[in-house]
Amino acid sequence: MRAGIVLFPGINRERDMAIALEHATGHKPRMIWHAEAALPEIDLVVLPGGFSYGDYLRCGAMAAQSPVLRAVRDFADKGGYVLGVCNGFQILVEAGLLPGALLRNASLRFISADCHLRVERSDTVFAGRYQRGQVFRAPMAHGDGNYFADAATLDHLEAEGLIAFRYVTPAGEATAEANRNGSARNIAGIYSENLRVLGLMPHPEDLVDPLAGGTDGKPLFDGLAASLGA
Amino acid sequence: MKVVVTVMLKPEVLDPQGRAIQHALHGLGFTGVSNVRAGKVIELELAESNPAKAKAAAEEMARRLLANIVIEGYRIAVEGG
Repeated sequence: MRAGIVLFPGINRERDMAIALEHATGHKPRMIWHAEAALPEIDLVVLPGGFSYGDYLRCGAMAAQSPVLRAVRDFADKGGYVLGVCNGFQILVEAGLLPGALLRNASLRFISADCHLRVERSDTVFAGRYQRGQVFRAPMAHGDGNYFADAATLDHLEAEGLIAFRYVTPAGEATAEANRNGSARNIAGIYSENLRVLGLMPHPEDLVDPLAGGTDGKPLFDGLAASLGA
Repeated sequence: MKVVVTVMLKPEVLDPQGRAIQHALHGLGFTGVSNVRAGKVIELELAESNPAKAKAAAEEMARRLLANIVIEGYRIAVEGG
């Protein structure tokens, strides 16, 4: 799998993402500057976390208008695989590659804490190394992760199986307490209609090494490498 | 010509910031305040002298960037227009 990580000014999680991808594939991902109008030959584009353009106007709004996002949109339109984490998820919804929006956390507080995610389906290239219904731990660190969409969009996401992960208790229950940022229907991550674009707020790339406290996020990257070729 | 774009969360979108401001106002003794909503005001200077054209341009800017129409609505006021 040839992966590329897009860098915007203000992005700060690209190195964690690069480590996770290199762990899984055995080689370093390409780094792609936001001013590039074309992507290199790659199988997976990753939009990492951080605070692109200082979160000015709205989180991800500026990055969604950058030259490289036109190339990412073309890549996705042709069936390319795209992963957006945290700010990357915000950029994907601002760019219209995924539906909905990410509002200020309901508590108005920045949340830096571990959460538990339930895998809603495992028959995708992203979740293939997890089991459906499996709960895994992931750190989250965001102020604007409160997923919002109108009721019709939420119903469509559920009916079509496009919800990737939900915030749950360690036992796997989607309660209000487990849903710390206030997301609609406990949604932590969603897929595009063709299941090739995934956006999620928590950071699986932060848990790929026992030295960092666990390997709960490793199956996501191992699954990608297995599906898209090491 | 100067154009002012006001961006507000749609009424059906919960505005926790507005709610926090309202709570603080109640704490200050302004007990008769309700439905506090917080938004953004964006001022633009356009190289355009026709108010209708200025408004149309600002509309396009609001739709494509200044507002996220999934969650926000906008109002446009053209100075002297």
